[in-house]
Amino acid sequence: MGISRNTRLRRHKSNNSVIPGFTLSLGVTLTMLSLIVMIPLASVAVVMTGYSLAEFWATLTDKMALHAYWVSLSCALTAAIINVVFGIMLAWVLVRYDFPGRRLLDGLIELPFALPTAVAGIALTTLYSDQGWIGSLFAPYGIKISYTTTGITLALVFIGIPFVVRSVQPVLEKLDRQTEEAAAILGASPFTTFRRVILPELLPAILTGFGLVLARGIGEYGSVVFIAGNIPYETQIAPLLIMVKLEQFNYAGATSIALVLIVLSFVILFTIHRLAGQIERRIKGGADT
Amino acid sequence: MREYSGNIGKNALIILCFLFIVIMLLIPLISVLAYALRQGWAVFWEAISDPYALKALKLTLVTTVWALVINTVFGIFAAWALTRYRFRGQHIIETLIDIPFAMSPVIAGLVFILVFGRIGWAYPILQQWDLKVVFAVPGIILATVFVTFPFVSRELIPLMNAQGTDEEEAAALMGAGTFHIFSKITLPHIRWGLLYGMILCTARALGEFGAVSVVSGHLRGKTNTLPLHIEILFSEFKLTSAFAVSSILVVLAIIILILKNIVQRKGKSEVQ
Repeated sequence: MGISRNTRLRRHKSNNSVIPGFTLSLGVTLTMLSLIVMIPLASVAVVMTGYSLAEFWATLTDKMALHAYWVSLSCALTAAIINVVFGIMLAWVLVRYDFPGRRLLDGLIELPFALPTAVAGIALTTLYSDQGWIGSLFAPYGIKISYTTTGITLALVFIGIPFVVRSVQPVLEKLDRQTEEAAAILGASPFTTFRRVILPELLPAILTGFGLVLARGIGEYGSVVFIAGNIPYETQIAPLLIMVKLEQFNYAGATSIALVLIVLSFVILFTIHRLAGQIERRIKGGADT
Repeated sequence: MREYSGNIGKNALIILCFLFIVIMLLIPLISVLAYALRQGWAVFWEAISDPYALKALKLTLVTTVWALVINTVFGIFAAWALTRYRFRGQHIIETLIDIPFAMSPVIAGLVFILVFGRIGWAYPILQQWDLKVVFAVPGIILATVFVTFPFVSRELIPLMNAQGTDEEEAAALMGAGTFHIFSKITLPHIRWGLLYGMILCTARALGEFGAVSVVSGHLRGKTNTLPLHIEILFSEFKLTSAFAVSSILVVLAIIILILKNIVQRKGKSEVQ
């Protein structure tokens, strides 16, 4: 009784909560957010004002830098596509099938989050080098994996595994099975049912996962740095170029490349967010009419 | 006939998934332990009892505790402020908290160099007080706090939003204080989510490499965390030592993974 009256009370004055602690909690939040995130980030802008636009542009469009963006972007894109394919498959298997070892498989998905990236990096580099367990299987055919863009992509696939699985899984769990059954009864093959009935529903979640892998992949350092080998114009990734510039005390150069990466990952996340939202609205809109 | 072909497809998918996980996740994990023990227990033991390795382990643990404490406090306050009240700019704050997620760890480190390093605006102030942040322990802690900043709040915000505010409002109207409301009403509801966020934060803090690498300066025995120590060993071609030290982190990662799964299951069963 009492609770329902309070609910009504709250609706009348929706902006003034009766719960105490507003000033304290918001104060602590804003102070910590400013000290740890906002003020340091604002310093990037402050530092950049000390350099001329021409200098900034020259570093941005430097041939080595352009190549590094390309390596980072293309490898991250490939890794994201591979992760989407296996991510959907894993989510499907984990949600829809029951088999021995399912819980183990499910529990292992987050290993890339739990395992330090440097450890993953040296393990993958050694495994896929010419003498490594897996690399030695490919070496006789002239296929090199470590110290090539294939190796970089591999490391990014490793790091990106949890993203797509974990964004698709909850959506798949909640999916209404009646439409699938209807499609099957009407004679659709399992593949057609998946493509025409299930996939559209999963699309926003898939896009979100894809965007997360892509953004993470572009900025990833620890797991990639060892396997990349850091050969300029070949396997030098953008975050590594920032590191190289810092070691030369070229702060302006490092900051310019950092700005490109920041803008790139924001554009990716923003676009994916908008796109996923649009698709979701279209599906929901279609269901209402 | 239909059922039969469905089974083949099902089994093929399951096998494919197992193959993918074994090749991509399990073999790398096992290879760390195998390479670490390649030259026997004596060499393994020597590598992990090396004074530099132990010092690096200590620094990693100290850094992790700092990150965990700071981000747990922040996470609770931020989730409380953002879910218990409605005010202007709420969404902006939520977005700002997530920024560290969208940034390369190398950039996170760079940002602190630009504030506290030789060219930073805070450098003269630090010098006056004879303090060092960059290439010293405070910088390592700051960079780690930065990259793990959203972990706890991100788990708590959706949970507390779903919970609603009715119970807390009732308690407040009956005269309970803020701390009382939090510890008696809010905390029991969010404890598994809180633990989950703390576990994720710990995992990331233990293994953070890029951000720490930028601000550390790689002074052996002083500003080397365990992942940085591994990098040095690996680049000196001391592979067995590098993998031996890595195996400490692998064991920690497995423990974290098990804890995470337990907490997740408890949290799910409580919601249902």
